Amino acid sequence: MADEAKSFSQQLLGFWVTFATMFKKVNTVQYPEVKEPTAERFHGRHQLNRYEDGLEKCIGCELCAWACPADAIYVEGADNTEEERFSPGERFGQVYQINYLRCVFCGLCIEACPTRALTMTNEYELADDERSKLIFEKDDLLAPLRQGMIAPPHPMYPDSSHLNYYKGEITGSHPSQAKEEQK
Amino acid sequence: MSTAALLGQDPGWLILVKGLLIFVFCVVCTLMAVWGERRIVARMQMRLGPNRVGKFGLLQALADGVKLALKEDLIPAAADKVVFIIAPIISATTCFMAFAVIPFTGTVTLFGHKTAMQLTDLPVSVLYILAIASIGVYGIVLAGWSSGSTYPLLGGLRSSAQVISYEVAMGLSLVAVFIYSGSMSTSEIVAAQHKWWFSVILFPSFVIYVISMVGETNRAPFDLAEAEGELVGGFHTEYSSLKFALFFLAEYVNIVAVSALATTLFMGGYHALPGLTFTEGWLGGWFTLFWFIAKVVSFFFLFVWLRGTLPRLRYDQFMKFGWKVLIPTSLVWILILATLRVMSQRAVSRIIVMGFSVGVVLLVVLITTMYDRTTAKAKAAAVLPDLPLPSFPIPALPGQLTVNHLTIDQTQVVTELENHNG
Repeated sequence: MADEAKSFSQQLLGFWVTFATMFKKVNTVQYPEVKEPTAERFHGRHQLNRYEDGLEKCIGCELCAWACPADAIYVEGADNTEEERFSPGERFGQVYQINYLRCVFCGLCIEACPTRALTMTNEYELADDERSKLIFEKDDLLAPLRQGMIAPPHPMYPDSSHLNYYKGEITGSHPSQAKEEQK
Repeated sequence: MSTAALLGQDPGWLILVKGLLIFVFCVVCTLMAVWGERRIVARMQMRLGPNRVGKFGLLQALADGVKLALKEDLIPAAADKVVFIIAPIISATTCFMAFAVIPFTGTVTLFGHKTAMQLTDLPVSVLYILAIASIGVYGIVLAGWSSGSTYPLLGGLRSSAQVISYEVAMGLSLVAVFIYSGSMSTSEIVAAQHKWWFSVILFPSFVIYVISMVGETNRAPFDLAEAEGELVGGFHTEYSSLKFALFFLAEYVNIVAVSALATTLFMGGYHALPGLTFTEGWLGGWFTLFWFIAKVVSFFFLFVWLRGTLPRLRYDQFMKFGWKVLIPTSLVWILILATLRVMSQRAVSRIIVMGFSVGVVLLVVLITTMYDRTTAKAKAAAVLPDLPLPSFPIPALPGQLTVNHLTIDQTQVVTELENHNG
């Protein structure tokens, strides 16, 4: 009898748990209206970064595409010329596509990138109503131009080589890099 | 003037108006109940629940109803068409009929007529409610049978078995009320509770009624008829669109109906809480409607609370509980109560009544201790006898850690193999 009484009182305790929970703070986030920041290193949409003078970091090496386990990245490299230079050094990524219908956000591409051109942002709102809209092109992925950056194509910083870029010695653009009309 | 006599003077149009009001009350109750249940259960799980449609999500149930109405109405090829269509109609109509005899208020003035907010009052009102509830079971059985597939059939059988078994316990718990109030008319039962609610003086009956009303309405933790993991949707698996909506409506109206019956029979009906009786004259008697609804709502909260707290019972546990616990308990309780009632009516001396009560208590204590001892003894004696081991492997018995007889005699196998290979 004592056992039954004990188990019965424990069941009543269960009723108290649900009752008390009613007055606790709810976990629900009113999502579209309220957005909570993600974890600091959340794997979100990719970004193609630039050097401080505006040249692209991507050299079109395709290592990201090779590292991708979901085959979500497509890269086509091309040669830089003295007239039209997009990145320091020989090559640049001419076509850069990430298919977000395939991407699993594992971050292996970021690990593979030799120039830190490819990183991930915290942006997670990647839903759309059409398949084609979810294949992001280079324009969609390129980082925006910040203060002091000049939109490529433009020449490298005066008296510097690609090695200066890779060592992080370029801290801004030089007026001579800008095109005639921009001056 | 008694309520029955008062209702007898109602003109025809007033009866129609009351019928309409009751119907509207039930439908609005359902809409609010669906919303309220989802909100409360959500809170119990630290969620918010529906809060998008209308203010606080109040129109959620309405939106769901519209959605259901716009869905495709499927009738399976194997279904018995006529019965398949009739079944939800039976369910949805009978659930409303119980409200005909529920007294919502005391004497009020409606369109210049002195009347009571109660459609009708029969001398056997409560029996009428039980009868209507039984007819409602037809809806479930026929829906399960006419769907022409296995899960609905099993679900329909389960729910009907459940409703019928728990109706026995429910009916027995009501007998105590009849004995004490000396009437089966709902308004007279309410009147008989003006001093003490029956939930206080007939506490065991009240507990049995509350348990069986949950079983009767197929609600958690007794919702095995809709056990998703086992039976898909139970009897309404094959139903879609408005036919499904009718079952849904019936379920919630039934909940409100049994809550209203509990209020009427055990919680003093529309009367105010003790100590607040001065409110009964407010708004020309209409304020008593508030007390009625408040009591029904608290019963509904109990339903939701149960759903949020308890896991679902297994079918055999559920049936065992109904037939071996609830029904015998109510039978014994009725016997005791009837004896006490007769004693008080015959004006038997207090000493005998006290002696009888003490005797009953002693008897209950004696029986429970004896039961405890025999179960303890049986447990101690439950040592498995030595049985001849079968030639095939069997699963281990409860409490048996090692399965000794599974060790195969290696030499025998070898010789058998040799014999087989020649």
